[in-house]
Amino acid sequence: MSESAKPHHPSPQGKGEKTHGGDFSYVGIDAILEQMRRKAMKQGFELNLMVVGQSGLGKSTLMNTLFKSKVSRNKSVQSDPEERIPKTVEIKSISHDVEEKGVRMKLTVIDTPGFGDQINNENCWQPIMKFINDQYEVYLQEEININRKKRIPDSRVHCCIYFIPPTGHCLRPLDVEFMSRLSKVVNIVPVIAKADTLTLEERGSFKQTIREELRANGIDVYPQKEFDEDAEDRMINDKIREMIPFAVVGSDQEYQVNGKRILGRKTKWGTIEVENVAHCEFAYLRDLLIRTHMQNIKDITGSIHYETYRVRRLNESNAHLISQPSDHPAGSLLQ
Amino acid sequence: MASTEIARQAGEGVRGVPLAGHVGFDSMPDQLVNKSVNRGFCFNILCVGETGLGKSTLMDTLFNTKFEGEPTQHNQPGVTLKSYTYELQESNVRLKLTVVNTVGFGDQINKEDSYKSIVEFIDAQFEAYLQEELKIKRTLHSYHDTRIHACLYFIAPTGHSLKSLDLVTMKKLDSKVNIIPIIAKSDAISKSELAKFKIKITSELVSNGVQIYQFPTDDESVAEINSTMNSHLPFAVVGSTEEVKIGNKMVKARQYPWGTVQVENENHCDFVKLREMLIRVNMEDLREQTHTRHYELYRRCKLEEMGFKDTDPDSKPFSLQETYEAKRNEFMGELQKKEEEMRQMFVQRVKEKEAELKEAEKELHEKFDRLKKLHQDEKKKLEEKKKSLDDEVNIFKQKKTAAELLLNQAQQAGGSTTLKRDKERKNFF
Repeated sequence: MSESAKPHHPSPQGKGEKTHGGDFSYVGIDAILEQMRRKAMKQGFELNLMVVGQSGLGKSTLMNTLFKSKVSRNKSVQSDPEERIPKTVEIKSISHDVEEKGVRMKLTVIDTPGFGDQINNENCWQPIMKFINDQYEVYLQEEININRKKRIPDSRVHCCIYFIPPTGHCLRPLDVEFMSRLSKVVNIVPVIAKADTLTLEERGSFKQTIREELRANGIDVYPQKEFDEDAEDRMINDKIREMIPFAVVGSDQEYQVNGKRILGRKTKWGTIEVENVAHCEFAYLRDLLIRTHMQNIKDITGSIHYETYRVRRLNESNAHLISQPSDHPAGSLLQ
Repeated sequence: MASTEIARQAGEGVRGVPLAGHVGFDSMPDQLVNKSVNRGFCFNILCVGETGLGKSTLMDTLFNTKFEGEPTQHNQPGVTLKSYTYELQESNVRLKLTVVNTVGFGDQINKEDSYKSIVEFIDAQFEAYLQEELKIKRTLHSYHDTRIHACLYFIAPTGHSLKSLDLVTMKKLDSKVNIIPIIAKSDAISKSELAKFKIKITSELVSNGVQIYQFPTDDESVAEINSTMNSHLPFAVVGSTEEVKIGNKMVKARQYPWGTVQVENENHCDFVKLREMLIRVNMEDLREQTHTRHYELYRRCKLEEMGFKDTDPDSKPFSLQETYEAKRNEFMGELQKKEEEMRQMFVQRVKEKEAELKEAEKELHEKFDRLKKLHQDEKKKLEEKKKSLDDEVNIFKQKKTAAELLLNQAQQAGGSTTLKRDKERKNFF
C-alpha cells in the first residue's frame, strides 16, 4: 500500500503531506479502522426505537418482523380479546439483547399504548414529549457529573416510527399535530401501516398527499434535508425522501411460497410477501433503519437533538438562577 | 462466547432474544467505521527527551516523511514545547498528526523546573477540551482534539540506569499521559548490555512507582501480541531516514565502518515493535485511555477544585449550573463585604485626618490670639510712654515759656546793655 502523493513542500507553518513510493513505506495508519471495529464489537451497540400510533395498526407485529424475534410487549395466548385500552397514554419500554455475527446490540422498544385512542385526544403527545425529554435529562445529568461512568448508558430515543392509518385520503389533524411537535426533538420516520388495504395507485396518491401535507406544515422527517453532509449523502437521501412514508406490512408468520419459507400474510386471494419489494416497502424501511442509516440516526440524535435540548436546558436554568437572588433579600428580611 | 455474554447481561434484567433470521445490524461496525473515516482521525504524540537523542529523526522514520525543523541548539534558557501538525493520508484514512517536541530539555544547569512546562502544556490541552465540553453551544464532533495521546520518553543510552531527571519527570507525567519509555540511539549499546539496561530500567520504574503505559491484554485478538510486547519494554530504537542498499533492496539504515544497523531488522533494534504497538495495534486504545482515564481524572480534579460537588448532604444531585451560581453569589458576597470594609476604613481615615486638621486649626487660632494680645500690650505700653513723654514735653514747654518771660523782663530792665552787647557782637564779625 502506498500513501497518496501530493507534490508540494512543507510550508513554514509546519503543515505538510509527504510521501514515499515503494512497498516498504507502509506506515500502518489505516490499521486504526480495524482497531476501531474491534472496539465497537467489544462494546456493543445500543438502539432505542419508539413506536407511536393508534392501537390495532400493527406496531408490535412490525417490530417483531423487523428484528425477526418477539421483541414487543408480550401478547400471551390467554390474553383477553379486548385488551384494556388505557385511559392515558402509557409508555412501556422493553429491552432485549440481540446478537448477530458477533455484533451485540441492546435493543429497546418503547411502546405507547393509548395514543390517539380516546375520544378527546388533546395533548396526548405530552407524555411522549415528556418521556423523550426525560431521557435527554438523564443523559445530561450523567454527563455533568464529576465522577461519571466510563460509558454513559444511552437511553435517548434514537428514532420514532409513526404509524399512519391507511385511510387513503390525507393526514388527520392528530397526525399533523404530533409530527410537527415531535420532529423538533426526535427523528421521525412515518410509515403507512397495514398497507395491504391499499392498491398500488391508491398507495401512490396517498403518499403524494402525505408528502405535500408534511411540506406544507413544515414538518421535517428523517432524513432531514438540512443535515445532509455532502452531495453523495444528499443523493442517497433524496432517493429515500422520494419514498417516505414507507407502506409496510408486518407479519411474524411464515408460509411456503415457491418452495421457500418466507414471512407473509395469507389471504384467500393471495399471499402478501413482507420482504418482496413489489408487494410492500418493508425491506426499504428495514434497510434504512438498520442496515445503512442506523449510525447516522444515532449521530443526529446525539449531536443535534440532544445538543438543542442541552442548550435550552442550560440557558433556562441560567435565567432561573439569575432571577433567584432578587427573591432572597426580601425573604431574609421577612425572617 | 456470545451466549455467555448474553447470559451475563441477562442477569442485569435484560433478556437475550434469539434471532430467527438475518436482520442486518451486523453492518453497524461498518457504518461506524465509515463515519469515522469521513470525519478523519487525529493523534497527538509528545516527545520528551534531552537534546540530541534523535527525537525528530525517530518521528520521521516512524511516519515515513520528512517533518519540519532543524536540529535545536543546546543553549536554551528553559524548556519550551513546539508542536507541529501534519495531515497524513494512507489509502482512505486521513490522520491529523501532531508532534510536540520538548526543546531544551535537560540542557540547563539547574533542571529542577524542567518538567513544569511539560505538565503545564498537557494540562492546557485538557483545559481547552474541558472548556469546549462545558460550553453551552458546543461542537464536540468537529472539535480538533489536541490532547496528548502518547508520550514517548527518550532515555539516554548510558547503559547504567535512569537519570534522576528522567525519574522525576516520568513520575510527574504518569498520571497525565500514557508514557512509553524508549531507549534512544540504541546502536551505542551492545546486546548483553542492552538486556541488563532494560532490566535495570524496569526495576527502577517499578520501585519508584512510575506507571508506564501497558498495552491492553483484555481483547483476545491482540492480547497475545500485546503481552509479549509488554515484556520488551522499554523499546530500544534506532532512527534513520537515510537509505542504504543491502543486497538489492534499499532499506533505512545507519552505515558504520564496522557494519550497518538496519532500522527495520528486528534483530538489530526494536523499531518495528514500536511501530507495531504505537500505530498498527494500539492507536485507538491510546486515544481511549487518554479520554477515559487521564482526561476524566483531570476533569474531576479541576471541578472539585472549583468547589463543585456531585451530591449535597441530602444526596440530591446538584446541577452544575446551580453550584456555579451559588459559587458566584458567594463570591459576589465576599466582594461586597470587602468593599464595605474598605469603605469603612476609608471613612475612618478621613475622620482622623479631619480631627487632626481641626486640632491644628485650633492651635493656630490660639497662637494668633496670643500674638494679638502681645501686640496690644506692647501698643499700650508705647502709648503710655508716649503720653508720659508728651507730659514731659509740655512741662518743659511751660518751663520754657516761664523762663522766656523772666528773660524778657530782665531784658527790659537792662535793655541797653544788651544792645551794647549786640554791637560788640556785630563788630566782632
